[in-house]
Amino acid sequence: MAVAGRTAACWARLRSCCPVAAPLCLPPWVPAACERRYSSRGKEKLDMSAYPAESIRNFSIIAHVDHGKSTLADRLLEITGTISKTDRNKQVLDKLQVERERGITVKAQSASLFYNHEGINYLLNLIDTPGHVDFSYEVSRSLSACQGVILVVDANEGIQAQTVANFYLAFEAQLSIIPVINKIDLKNADPERVEKQIEKLFDIPTNECIRISAKQGTNVEKVLQKVIEKIPPPQCNTADPLKALVFDSTFDHYRGVIANVALFGGEIAKGNKIMSAHTQKRYEVNEVGILTPNEQPTNKLYAGQVGYLIAGMKEVTEAQIGDTLFLYKQPVEPLPGFKSAKPMVFAGMYPVDQTEYNNLKSALERLTLNDSSVTVHRDSSLALGAGWRLGFLGLLHMEVFNQRLEQEYNMSVILTAPTVPYKAILSSAKLIKEYGKDEITIINPTQFPDKLSVSEYLEPTVLGTIITPHEYIGKIIALCQDCRGVQKDMVYIDENRVMLKYLFPLNEIVVDFYDALKSLSSGYASFDYEDAGYQAADLVKMDILLNGNPVEELATIIHNDKAYATGKLLCERLKESIPRQLFEIAIQAAIGKKIIARETLKAYRKNVLAKCYGGDITRKMKLLKRQAESKRLMRKIGNVEVPRDAFIRVLKRETDY
Amino acid sequence: TPCPQWPYCRKRCSYCSFNTYVVPAVDEAAVRACLVREAHTLLRLSQVQRWVHGGVHGRCGALRCPPAAPHPLPYSVTSVFFGGGTPSLASPRTVAAVLEAVAEAAHLPAGAEVTLEANPSSTDTTHLAGFRAAGVNRLSIGVQSLDDTELRLLGREHTAAEAQRAVEAARGLFPGRTSIDLLFGLPGQSRDAWAQGLEAALELCDDHISLYQLTLERGTALAAQVRAGTLPLPPQDVLADMYQTARTVLVASGFRHYEVSNFARKGALSNHNLSYWRADQYIGVGPGAHGRFVPRGEGSCSREARVQTLEPVAWMREVQSQGHGTRSRVVLNPLEQLEELLTLGLRTDEGVTHKRWGHFSPQLSLQAVFGVPGEAQALQEQGWLLLDSGGLRCTWAGLAVLDSLLPDLLCQLQRH
Repeated sequence: MAVAGRTAACWARLRSCCPVAAPLCLPPWVPAACERRYSSRGKEKLDMSAYPAESIRNFSIIAHVDHGKSTLADRLLEITGTISKTDRNKQVLDKLQVERERGITVKAQSASLFYNHEGINYLLNLIDTPGHVDFSYEVSRSLSACQGVILVVDANEGIQAQTVANFYLAFEAQLSIIPVINKIDLKNADPERVEKQIEKLFDIPTNECIRISAKQGTNVEKVLQKVIEKIPPPQCNTADPLKALVFDSTFDHYRGVIANVALFGGEIAKGNKIMSAHTQKRYEVNEVGILTPNEQPTNKLYAGQVGYLIAGMKEVTEAQIGDTLFLYKQPVEPLPGFKSAKPMVFAGMYPVDQTEYNNLKSALERLTLNDSSVTVHRDSSLALGAGWRLGFLGLLHMEVFNQRLEQEYNMSVILTAPTVPYKAILSSAKLIKEYGKDEITIINPTQFPDKLSVSEYLEPTVLGTIITPHEYIGKIIALCQDCRGVQKDMVYIDENRVMLKYLFPLNEIVVDFYDALKSLSSGYASFDYEDAGYQAADLVKMDILLNGNPVEELATIIHNDKAYATGKLLCERLKESIPRQLFEIAIQAAIGKKIIARETLKAYRKNVLAKCYGGDITRKMKLLKRQAESKRLMRKIGNVEVPRDAFIRVLKRETDY
Repeated sequence: TPCPQWPYCRKRCSYCSFNTYVVPAVDEAAVRACLVREAHTLLRLSQVQRWVHGGVHGRCGALRCPPAAPHPLPYSVTSVFFGGGTPSLASPRTVAAVLEAVAEAAHLPAGAEVTLEANPSSTDTTHLAGFRAAGVNRLSIGVQSLDDTELRLLGREHTAAEAQRAVEAARGLFPGRTSIDLLFGLPGQSRDAWAQGLEAALELCDDHISLYQLTLERGTALAAQVRAGTLPLPPQDVLADMYQTARTVLVASGFRHYEVSNFARKGALSNHNLSYWRADQYIGVGPGAHGRFVPRGEGSCSREARVQTLEPVAWMREVQSQGHGTRSRVVLNPLEQLEELLTLGLRTDEGVTHKRWGHFSPQLSLQAVFGVPGEAQALQEQGWLLLDSGGLRCTWAGLAVLDSLLPDLLCQLQRH
């Protein structure tokens, strides 16, 4: 009740001090199902001039996955009256079906909150960030629009690998950091221990941590006050010429590109002619507004504010992330922008049926509009026909993308084994001439150059951070060594938790390292990684054959030392995933012409329902028709029919996060 | 072919998922009246007026008549099959009453096959003689096994010795027209145990044997035990061997392997069951019975799939109030009819004949669908299938893997 009452009072004050906004009530939170195009219709616009830069705070919440970031965001939205307080507010900012199903944030979202503190109305812009290692690029993007972060740590689990990674992202961006210890209501909560960890690792005094329970709302108000006190307002001036950073973009089928912008100077309104520093293209602004978290049009946006703009951009590539927008004929020094997303994992994507090519093409185009971190190159293969080679930030990213294709566009695809970007230093003059350079990047195993024309192969590496209770150290070190990891550091962050740093070949950790780590530590160890350049490696290309026919989806580049073990494992798993057929199937792994592993799947000898009379037949027909239907979606390799998902299951047995 | 259904059992077997009911006391007079009334109603509806060819399979009756005849013709009931449940628990009077109803509503020729399913535990000679007097002329006995341990595992009420006596009694009363059911692939069963059981069955049997591989049905006690790991099922290869052994041994003893699970010698095929596999018309009478027929009595010319209400009390209420307990009726489109014909017909050694195919598909011949390059030709080349002047059928090897052939054939059919 207290919270509700205060919210109401805050609203009353807010209205009385900005008369233009008086007749307007911010729309209550509309569930994600409601399409955004309705949200801005027929509403009077907010006047944002009431919020000068000094009463603005732009911040993110960063946390390890499951430490309560989305719950805290929900509470902040409730307290500030941005959304109404109900039991249904769960992961309000996570709008995608896949996010809700997996309980993760994939796509950053923003929300503007209004909050009165000590008589002053503040505009707090919360920029939500994804919580998985694959999406750290999205995190740094979001941070570029912020001056501070709330660093959330679970009072029970303590600092985890992503906490460290996220902390350093914020630290390097020189942002103010507000440490928050969440879930203090849990039985095993030990906030003191976590405070000590924070002090030891991040050098933040223990008394600066705020102990909260986002679930119950305990001390959440205090977090808001700290945001206002500790995070500096954006340093910029409305009198300067317009300088707007594009930090995210989404695509709306009806309105085109919606660019999320942070204003580092000037102001922007409908009718302004603007220009992109990156493309040098001119646009006229159709609409500006803030996100609450749905789009809420405003008359203008002013320096220091965060919001969106729509300016007739037809393609997301026009709203390049990191681009600077300025007024036409008033050019400014562009903002530094930031590194573009670097794909770590590549995979081929092909339509199951070539007649679906155009549909898949348009689905891919539309989906990549909202996920510019996916790189797309056209590709084709003898076995799979025309398709694409896609680059993803990680395996989860790839799975999420695939799931969105299925859920949002109803597309079924063939995905090839993921591969990391290897390099080869060419020695053959012919190849050097062909490529026009002597170092090439191999993102498709079919293009793996022969050893004879290569002086050296290189593999990408990452620096991995693992945080674990010390009792699992032995097993984890063994796992890391098995993955060709080289230990770089090992620190006790408190009496019983250890932080390990390892240099790993990326391909060793890309597929199921995370799952293996989780399972051998009963879920307690956490993992994060960052790019660490290339190293020389003894690489070979391994093919998988079914009755002598290569399975293009499973061709992989692999370290020579691992070829036998991996080949054997793949053959064994394939044997479990391919249904028995009318003939015997030889499953082989080969390097060049040399067979290194073999399994045999015996033929069906009996497969006929024993009893089939009048009564049973409807059920039987249904089953048969389902089988006939799935036959059409089977991948045929020679005569062998393979269920479409078998290969991915072979590569990665567990898919639960 | 009408298939009256007696849904009651004294005890539920551990592997059975049929629509059966174990009740302390059955109001037989009421059930009888309802079976009679429903048989009447449905036979009228099917306009099998003069010569109905009916089979009453514990769960349904079959009418044999040209399936796609353009206008009502007088048909006869060719067979009646009393199935269940355990119809041998009913009194001969009930069987007689149903047969009278069939004869009244349609033509029931003297030679029509009238089969009753019986359990060894409810088949003393007097009872069986009563059924014969009521008009039953063929008996199908659920022997299942001739090993007491296996019988207990299956939850059967009888012993091997009782089964033996029952079959002997039946053969005395229905010489040449007694069939036995056997199960193989039981948990823990070895190849040798099955071979021995088969040997014993051969000594006991008459001219018809049905051999069923045990199918674990969801919700049965046996399936639960197997899933829990307390009972091991024989591996796939052992099951395949058991089937091959049975086929070889029975054929060597003069039996014709005329359907996946059915063997007959001296021409003692089950006409009623053949009518299912030939996609003839049949009428299901009784709780949970299934039927396939054209309700010409309503002026329809479309074949329908019908199911009667499952639960006996509800079924009876419906029969009493509206003359029948039809719970669902779905019109089968031409493609669906052909799919059923293919699925069922290929189970038999005669396969799908050109003539029968022509009844369902006068425009598009069997040759036009399967004689062109595609799945069927590939399967022929691999030796699983034959298409010749006799029609489309499985080879000896193909029959054992029919369920792997059908999805391909359905795909090919659907493209036309």
